[in-house]
Amino acid sequence: MSEVAAGGPHEALQHHFADLEQQRTASSLGMWVFIAQEVLFFGGLFATYAVYRMQYPEAFSAGSHHLSWRVGFFNTLVLIGSSLTMAMGVYWAGLGKGRKVAGYLLATILLGSVFLGVKYFEYGEKIRPCLGGGTHAGCLLPGASFDPSVLHVTGATGDHAQIFFSLYFAMTGLHALHMIIGIPIIAVIARMAVRGRFSPEYYTPVELVGLYWHFVDIIWIFLFPLLYLIGAH
Amino acid sequence: MTTQALALPKEHYLNAGYGWRSWLLTTDHKRIGLLYLVSITLMFALGSFYAALVRWNLLVPDGSHMSAEAYNKAFTAHGVIMVFFFLIPSIPATLGNFLIPLMIGARDLAFPRINLLSWYIYVIGAALTLYALLAGGLDTGWTFYTPYSTVFAQSNVALAAVGIFITGFSSILTGLNFIVTIHTMRAPGMTWFRMPLFVWAHYATSLIQILGTPVVAITILLVALERLFHFGFFDPSRGGDPILFQHLFWFYSHPAVYIMILPSMGVISEVVTCFSRKRIFGYSFIAMSSLAIAVIGFLVWAHHMYVSGMAVYSALVFSALTYLVAVPSAIKTFNWTATLFRGSVQWDTPMIYVFCFIGLFLIGGLTGLFLGNLGIDVHVTDTYFVVAHFHYIMVGGAIMGYLGGLHFWWPKITGRMYVEGWGKLSSLLVFVGFNLTFFPQFVLGYLGMPRRYHVYPEEFQVLNVLSTAGATILGFGYVFPFSYLFHSMFRGEPAGDNPWGATGLEWTTTSPPPAHNFDTTPVVTEEAYDYSRPPKGAPVV
Repeated sequence: MSEVAAGGPHEALQHHFADLEQQRTASSLGMWVFIAQEVLFFGGLFATYAVYRMQYPEAFSAGSHHLSWRVGFFNTLVLIGSSLTMAMGVYWAGLGKGRKVAGYLLATILLGSVFLGVKYFEYGEKIRPCLGGGTHAGCLLPGASFDPSVLHVTGATGDHAQIFFSLYFAMTGLHALHMIIGIPIIAVIARMAVRGRFSPEYYTPVELVGLYWHFVDIIWIFLFPLLYLIGAH
Repeated sequence: MTTQALALPKEHYLNAGYGWRSWLLTTDHKRIGLLYLVSITLMFALGSFYAALVRWNLLVPDGSHMSAEAYNKAFTAHGVIMVFFFLIPSIPATLGNFLIPLMIGARDLAFPRINLLSWYIYVIGAALTLYALLAGGLDTGWTFYTPYSTVFAQSNVALAAVGIFITGFSSILTGLNFIVTIHTMRAPGMTWFRMPLFVWAHYATSLIQILGTPVVAITILLVALERLFHFGFFDPSRGGDPILFQHLFWFYSHPAVYIMILPSMGVISEVVTCFSRKRIFGYSFIAMSSLAIAVIGFLVWAHHMYVSGMAVYSALVFSALTYLVAVPSAIKTFNWTATLFRGSVQWDTPMIYVFCFIGLFLIGGLTGLFLGNLGIDVHVTDTYFVVAHFHYIMVGGAIMGYLGGLHFWWPKITGRMYVEGWGKLSSLLVFVGFNLTFFPQFVLGYLGMPRRYHVYPEEFQVLNVLSTAGATILGFGYVFPFSYLFHSMFRGEPAGDNPWGATGLEWTTTSPPPAHNFDTTPVVTEEAYDYSRPPKGAPVV
């Protein structure tokens, strides 16, 4: 726990702010503006998705049907769980319990890693057939060796399924990239928490990384039905 | 006051530290503004060099000066460098960075380290893109239209795209910093409607940077993915839609024009009121019209695509919305003109640029209405009429504001005055050179000369030679300020705190300001432009 010298400024207060309250408001607004930016960033992909799903409903249904909704559902639960542990971390940060904060943040990292691990196997299954020579049967990575036969579609619909999988890799890939960036940041903040850098007066970094993580989760909450569930009959 | 020789303050942000570390690791918004100034000046010089190549080639109708490939690469390099690496960061990253904290009475931007980070991101993105442009080149035009850019182009598309993608985040972070700073860092008494209009203009600009840039970032990333991994988003042979690319691209790249022009309008609002010695006319209308431009600017993108293949009814809607943007733009122009009315107008260099801006922006804006009109646009799409139009906005508007602002705040930035005579001469050269360069292009375009061709029919040669002659004069108009401003940094007369007798908190501190901006936090008790009595620190005439 940080000691505040009587009458002196808080150690976390940066020189250009008048007080901690102003600093907290600024940091928090900054994160919200950043999230607004992120919404538009993913928004370009969601718009692309909307356009092509309208144009090629059959191919999207076939592509989606091929994805395992069970695996996707499992990952959804894992990610919602990680949001819960993150929320608990922020809660204990507000009460100044550094070790509990660190524990919950580590749990968040663990669940995030489980999600990424599952994603790794999901990607591998689609990419492995594309490697090496031969027929590339079952290759679902867009490109020359893309093979839509496993989707039971042919001709133009097969080409259009390629757009579905382009979107699948772009959207889930960008989402996963956000998690890969988020995890080390959470680790750094967990370490700060163990070292007692946060107190009920100052725990802005925990709050902000929480906002970021919840945002990344919400993106997945949209991706899961759009990619996995539209083909489930 | 006038009898006493002016001197620089003993301590200021420029002598607060020496050596490269004190610059490259600085978090002082004023120094970061100067880092940006140096970087974008280099990019401007390079972009101008490519413009010179384009004009040199067009001296002759048969394209014998350059090969078609070299010409394609030259105009692409000109466009990419000028749009992404000069115009977008120009006023916000230099003057905005320097002035916004000073104008609202803050010690720094809200996130000084992110501010420095944004400069490094800019430099990295610029380095990658420059490498792509110089080693092999890029021939897609600055618009990266698919499927040419994704399937057919043999040049460095992916690398340039990644460079521009990275640079986008520099712009986003600058916008984020400004929004948060304006919301949370205003001095006591600095209410929203006491803020200088320059700050309002930057607030509107930042909104576009935050909400537009990420869309072009993802779009340009998709182009790179399509080239590197053969994703089929925009490839018609696999069901992809190239027009979708155009929609996504212009969703940012039209508002990007307002990223360039709004800060410039902010400069004009400051300068016109100072040199009319009169309160600005219609303060709140100018402030709100900035926001209106930012908002409506997001709803007009498809007017770049009338001939691309679009439902005729959507085209009608986009045409009507395009006309709507003219309303807030006209509100500003009328208010500036009304400010001049019965003012005590002084013809200092910054003010000359204001007059240049108002006249040239008027032509640029009105020809924008021609182009927003469906019928006329179909006739002049992809001709030199369009080229002339957007140069009247981007050069006639944005660069006049940039030069005017640079001259206006130069004594604040460096503490020293440039030689007024050189300033006036250069502004005249810029005005004459600019019009001689681009007015003939309106005529050429209307007569049917297409843009981006490296040959043209012989009957167009006279107008093209006039245009190249104008560009030469314009070049001198740019070289002069570069030299006399640079010279004045070391040899100029000390300017004093408030050489123009302007209102605004930035003029109440020393020139150059101290590293912490203000010795005591200012308290604001009045509106922004009270010229009814001499402002604090004004020289006695």
